[in-house]
Amino acid sequence: MAVDMNMNVLIVDDYKTMLRILRNLLRQLNFVNIEEATDGAQALEVLRSTNIGLVISDWNMEPMTGIQLLREVRSDDDLKHLPFIMITAESKSENVIAAKEAGVSNYIVKPFNAETLKSKLVSVLGDF
Amino acid sequence: MPKESKEKQVKKAPPRKIKKAANVVGRVMKGKGAQDVSKANLFNELESLAAFIQEARDEIASLSPQEVKEEFLPTASDELDAIIEATEDATHAIMDATDLVEAVISRTSGEDQKTLTDAITAIYEACTFQDITGQRISKVVKTLSAIEDKVDGLLVAFDDKENHSGTRESKKPKKKDVADEKVISDEDLLNGPQSSDKAKSQEEIDALLASFD
Repeated sequence: MAVDMNMNVLIVDDYKTMLRILRNLLRQLNFVNIEEATDGAQALEVLRSTNIGLVISDWNMEPMTGIQLLREVRSDDDLKHLPFIMITAESKSENVIAAKEAGVSNYIVKPFNAETLKSKLVSVLGDF
Repeated sequence: MPKESKEKQVKKAPPRKIKKAANVVGRVMKGKGAQDVSKANLFNELESLAAFIQEARDEIASLSPQEVKEEFLPTASDELDAIIEATEDATHAIMDATDLVEAVISRTSGEDQKTLTDAITAIYEACTFQDITGQRISKVVKTLSAIEDKVDGLLVAFDDKENHSGTRESKKPKKKDVADEKVISDEDLLNGPQSSDKAKSQEEIDALLASFD
């Protein structure tokens, strides 16, 4: 099934620069509808009020971290099947394992490049 | 003091000064039971011990822990915060410029368009440095805050009533109990970027994720 390039993609990061970089990279990949949040709690509000097709989230944020957001998403009947990609500088094995156990769809370590972002999007959403 | 316990304490202590104090205490303890040691000798030894403690206090005071706490550490933290702000501003300036270039790219076509788009993508990728350096600097600022707490503790230990402004509640998350050591909490997982020689590569992370399948 073709990927709906009009889907709403939610990007979550407390660094405005990173939000801007992600937005621009996604735009280059032809994703046109991009929502933003600066922490997990704000992201949950967006997720519960907007029809989001994909979440790309940082880990290290306050007051709600990316892993807490992921757990909230996976425990919510309406959101639990949502593709969720973690993009983070946390590169220790225990972080990757914790994210996997919490149900992450894929994991990108910072710094990353556009090619890595695209390959992870393809692995989660399918070819586009 | 039992010999074993005494030895253990000497091993833990900083060598030179504490050894000197231990020698003084040792002489006092030995002299206490001996009949040929006069009270004057005992007082002399105690005086020597008191002088040593005073000397140690003076030495620590000359290090100006209050100055370290109130001037040097906050200045260092402010400087680091300024670096984060400056790199963030610079990154946004770069991205403002790329936005303009992108608008022009949309009016080009063919190979030129592809070349320019790839160049813009490379600029975006390079701009991720700001996020990483920002997180690294934040880690250093937290470390400075921890040092500040230790200096505070030092001031309290020496009861520096004139200078001490009271202990500040630590912003650092409390360390987990030893009993909980095997349980990895969410706080334990907030490490920030690792140094490049220790950080896992994307390939290593992919392999780890694949091992779950």
